[in-house]
Amino acid sequence: MSGSEHGAAVGRGARPLSPHLQVYRLPLTAVMSILHRVTGCALMGGGVALVWWLVAAATGAGAFGFVNWLLTSWIGGLGMIVFGAALMYHLCNGIRHLVWDAGFGYEKPEVAASNKVVLGAAAALTVVLCLYAWLT
Amino acid sequence: MVAFTLPKNSRLVSGKTWPKPADAKNLRAFKVYRYDPESGENPRVDTYYLDLADCGPMVLDAIIKIKNEVDPTLTFRRSCREGICGSCAMNIDGRNTLACTKGLDEIKGDVKIYPLPHMPVVKDLVPDLTHFYAQHASIKPWLETKSPPPAAEWKQSIEDRRKLDGLYECILCSCCSTSCPSYWWNGDRYLGPAALLQAYRWIADSRDEARGERLDNLEDPFRLYRCHTIMNCANACPKGLNPAKAIGEIKKMMVERRV
Repeated sequence: MSGSEHGAAVGRGARPLSPHLQVYRLPLTAVMSILHRVTGCALMGGGVALVWWLVAAATGAGAFGFVNWLLTSWIGGLGMIVFGAALMYHLCNGIRHLVWDAGFGYEKPEVAASNKVVLGAAAALTVVLCLYAWLT
Repeated sequence: MVAFTLPKNSRLVSGKTWPKPADAKNLRAFKVYRYDPESGENPRVDTYYLDLADCGPMVLDAIIKIKNEVDPTLTFRRSCREGICGSCAMNIDGRNTLACTKGLDEIKGDVKIYPLPHMPVVKDLVPDLTHFYAQHASIKPWLETKSPPPAAEWKQSIEDRRKLDGLYECILCSCCSTSCPSYWWNGDRYLGPAALLQAYRWIADSRDEARGERLDNLEDPFRLYRCHTIMNCANACPKGLNPAKAIGEIKKMMVERRV
């Protein structure tokens, strides 16, 4: 291909890479996509904490006492609210991904609407979850 | 590979501020990415000032005015000035679009102009699109047939022709592919929204007889499945097309032919 020969002749390897994340004004849908990845990672961390709690409970009173104290302290509680919010967001956005993969909801107005539905539903479910945990 | 920061030779340094025009009625600042391959220096951002009272309405009008009247070394591609050639695709005000169809009145504050994101820069606002074009060629963007050619043309019903609306209008400006974070991180192997929209344009063509082979070629964790429905492509397309939807259709066909 003549294009690539020309490219090599003027030293394509040395060419700078144009700015990307540094300059792109990400649309809400893109930010929500990043948030989906971030909450997915957070759920991994939260899952490990949950397993730690269960393993400690199976190990004995001393081990459980420490983990239980840590996770029910105010910082543990804050972590659990974040974990709950991450879970609810990942769940709601995951359902949207299922709908997309089924072939629906790709038009721009539909995506703008589903952005709001996912954010609203995740916020509402997080509040419900926290209230449930607090009241029981 | 994911790399959030720019390589050393690509980091921006402070650039030159060019003089303001005298007696300007409607002064506007333009911050423009500059890279000179002959200087060996890092890219920089130059600031230009124009009097918009004495300038055409589009971003392309402004940068042509800069080139003609302020700084003739400013380099960019342009041709048709009406959104059909795709040459003047660039990153304006943080989004990829065509300079010729982007109105200056749509932009608040300074007008920031960069080359299409995450591409090798030849000079100033001119990216190297060699790989992008090679990916387009790899999906065989032409009619593939096995049956003997008809005496006249390959015919298509009005309904079947209608299935190509929203697909054939692509002008290969590459605004979509270069707006896609998946294409930024894996552009060497992921085909990107533009090439995949065209792949689907031929898959959806009732006259084409290579649908199976076309799908085989795309059945790959990178070529097709790096699309995570981020939707930047549909948000960027200056022709109002929806590559994400076309990619979704291809993914659906992959499942349908397996069951």
